[in-house]
Amino acid sequence: MTIFSPRRFWAMVVKEFVQMRRDRVTFAMMIGIPLMQLILFGFAINSNPQNLPLAVLSNDDSEFSRTLVTAMQNSLYYRVTNVISHESEARKLLDRGEVLFVLTIPQDFGRLLARGDRPTVLVEADASDPTATGFALGSLDYLFSQSLNRDLLGPLLSLRAQPGPVDLRIHRLYNPEIQTKYNIVPGLMGVVLTMTMVIITALAITRERERGTMENLLCTPVRPFEVMIGKIVPYIVVGYIQMLLIIVAAKVIFEVPILGSLPLLLAVSILFIAANLAVGITFSTVAQNQLQAMQMAFFFFLPSILLSGFMFPFQGMPQWAQWLGSVLPLTHYLRIVRGIVLKGNGFADIAPELWPMAAFLLVMMVVAVKRYRQTVD
Amino acid sequence: MTLPGPQASQSRPAIDVTGITKSFGGKVVVNNLSLRVEQGEIYGFLGPNGSGKTTFIRMLCGLLKPDSGSGQCLGMDVIRDAALIKTRVGYMAQKFSLYGDLSVRENLDFMARVYGVPDRKAAVSHSIERMSLARYADQLAQTLSGGWKQRLALAASLIHGPELLLLDEPTAGVDPKARRDFWDEVHELAGQGLTALISTHYMDEAERCHRLAYIAYGDLLAKGTVEEVVAARGLTTWEVSGPELYELAHTLKTLPGVEQVAHFGNTLHVSGPDRALLAASLAPFHQGPQNFREVATSLEEVFISMMNDSLKGGKG
Repeated sequence: MTIFSPRRFWAMVVKEFVQMRRDRVTFAMMIGIPLMQLILFGFAINSNPQNLPLAVLSNDDSEFSRTLVTAMQNSLYYRVTNVISHESEARKLLDRGEVLFVLTIPQDFGRLLARGDRPTVLVEADASDPTATGFALGSLDYLFSQSLNRDLLGPLLSLRAQPGPVDLRIHRLYNPEIQTKYNIVPGLMGVVLTMTMVIITALAITRERERGTMENLLCTPVRPFEVMIGKIVPYIVVGYIQMLLIIVAAKVIFEVPILGSLPLLLAVSILFIAANLAVGITFSTVAQNQLQAMQMAFFFFLPSILLSGFMFPFQGMPQWAQWLGSVLPLTHYLRIVRGIVLKGNGFADIAPELWPMAAFLLVMMVVAVKRYRQTVD
Repeated sequence: MTLPGPQASQSRPAIDVTGITKSFGGKVVVNNLSLRVEQGEIYGFLGPNGSGKTTFIRMLCGLLKPDSGSGQCLGMDVIRDAALIKTRVGYMAQKFSLYGDLSVRENLDFMARVYGVPDRKAAVSHSIERMSLARYADQLAQTLSGGWKQRLALAASLIHGPELLLLDEPTAGVDPKARRDFWDEVHELAGQGLTALISTHYMDEAERCHRLAYIAYGDLLAKGTVEEVVAARGLTTWEVSGPELYELAHTLKTLPGVEQVAHFGNTLHVSGPDRALLAASLAPFHQGPQNFREVATSLEEVFISMMNDSLKGGKG
């Protein structure tokens, strides 16, 4: 016996290729999914996000204040989505994550500026995700002085001198120390749940079919819906154990401040866990073998990480990618977790994120029950 | 026709279906099959591999939906009441289909729960005792040997006290002693009124059934008691013993009237459908060194003969 026989080795290679060709679905997934993801993520992901939503609270009607707003828009970092008239509105918009910035221009801004009193301009930023707002905030100082300098002509020319015509104050809300971990650790809770819940249940029914136990199960009076929820419930418990572990770690190891109500977080998480389990069960009814089920789980997992706002700022993605991301439960769950943990959101603030998850769960359950074959053909 | 099942004549049949047909991808697997099994009867279901036995059994227990056909099973409509039938039928699949990572007791307990068996704990304990599984009760099912797995599967299919047992090649890969025990068990259950439809490849098992049906490539070719099936085929069989049987077998196969020549240890069995023609073909060989003796035709020769016919029909 030789230690290495090219003939024996080649026999293995040929057999692997024949088997690969037989499992068409898996083969198509191996080629198709990477291509799709390349195109999808290549265009969607932007780590220097632009067009971020900005609310303007202007108490001054001078040309200088208009210049400031125009300059922000022209920088492409900002997009004015709300014009508001009261401070309380500003906070609400930030709390709900509808805008990332609020620009407040004080009364008599134009007059004070002209007098050379360096009026204060306040920019409040949702810094819970420091990477989303970092570049935009960094550009502000330069942006303001450059744009105003164009207006400062004639007798106002002297105001161009340092330290700039306005006194820019930036408030980084929710995460004033710009700690990335404050954003990442609560987010990881959603990611970990997505990963384990989807994979575990994706294998659940496929395994019954592959091991032949499905045949026995189908002969019993057990109904599809009973099988589904019977397989989901035990993993909801597992999901909660994971959550508790992460919450404790966040608090003890990472020292993330938890501002909101933990019971609220635990309560709404059931929707998210169930939605992920339903995805897994659906894959499980579609996949023909465990390998395919795994591939599908990853096919779901990747966009969940990349398009949900976990890895890259959600607001920085093109509109179509945001729509796609809005379908995924993780997108909404991240907002809920970060909202409750970092912003101290209450139920009213997170309510808008609940129904998309509920709708997703419902659709997945319907697909799963429809796809679950009562017969073996 | 006399029905040999113990309680055969007294009430409605356990299975009574007509015209059951099923195709997969344009290929007819079960073709217009009609079958009647009386209560308390052990009905053997025979046929070559891929003949549609498994498909037919799966249709009876609701795992597959027939393309056409109708009938009743335990008095319920096989198409409409499939869900109800499931609660009163025990099914044992060809392949072990209980959970390998559960123990014997856990598997039985699960089945008992799913069927909603009253007084579950007692039912499980009783089942373990009855099937002599006590020694393995806490062992994982995947670690059992083939014979014990089969006993567990039988126990599981009986846990809810079904009226009809559908067993798909229950004894494949099981040693003779375990097979004997298994059949004793089935007969005892039949004595208590249970009906059993059992598919098998083994001729000795076929002979243990009250009645049997033979299907090949989707078609029902014969049914009745063993004697009836053998008689209906009308084969004549000679047993040949002596030296040089291998050479002789080759020669005999080419003769007119000889349908099959098979080796049985130190003898040859030669059979054919035409008694006179076969006798005439064999006559010249009587002077040779071998002994010729006419014997009773066995079930095996009958089935091989039927199989050859259906293959010639181009259906295989």
